[in-house]
Amino acid sequence: MSTMFSWSITTAQILLSLAMACAAFRILWGPRAQDRVVGFDTLSVNAMLLLLAFGIRSGSTLYFESALIVGLLGFVSTVALAKFVLRGEVIE
Amino acid sequence: MSEVADVPSLAAILAATLLIGGAAITLIGSFGLLRLGGFYQRVHAPTLGTTLGTVCIATASMIYFSTLGTRPVLHELLVIVFVTTTTPITLMVLVRAARFRDGAANERDLGGEK
Repeated sequence: MSTMFSWSITTAQILLSLAMACAAFRILWGPRAQDRVVGFDTLSVNAMLLLLAFGIRSGSTLYFESALIVGLLGFVSTVALAKFVLRGEVIE
Repeated sequence: MSEVADVPSLAAILAATLLIGGAAITLIGSFGLLRLGGFYQRVHAPTLGTTLGTVCIATASMIYFSTLGTRPVLHELLVIVFVTTTTPITLMVLVRAARFRDGAANERDLGGEK
């Protein structure tokens, strides 16, 4: 049973890595700035989910803290980038 | 393969199903981000991963750590609440910015034709 669970965690990690690759391609090829910002938001959420999967694999709660921090910083930086796309400055 | 602690088989099957399902849903959402045509269509696709994918994977983590320890672990609810609250805010701000930019581009184009 432990082997099955371990393989399923590996499968989930591979799927999440492919999802991160999709978001990275959108960041690289995005025709306009807002497409790149959406790609960055998706990338940070996928990184957070991948950290949760790593936490299940390692059995330590440290990965959970880092997942929370990645999610928080992703939100703040996406809002800052959207503000920059809108006005050209972050803090006026 | 690295070591994964032994948990009861029912919890392991449930957690594995939720984990793979959440990861697959997130991959579908990100593939939609890559595949769809315009910006306003593209912005919808990743929300599949930020809502259902996050809920599935965080629930799998909750089940696993609750069966590993002696008491229920509910920290992952923080992640679920946080992500489902912030995603609509982010996308609304972003779509407003995109609409503003489109409007500015149209005005500039009209001004150029005059």
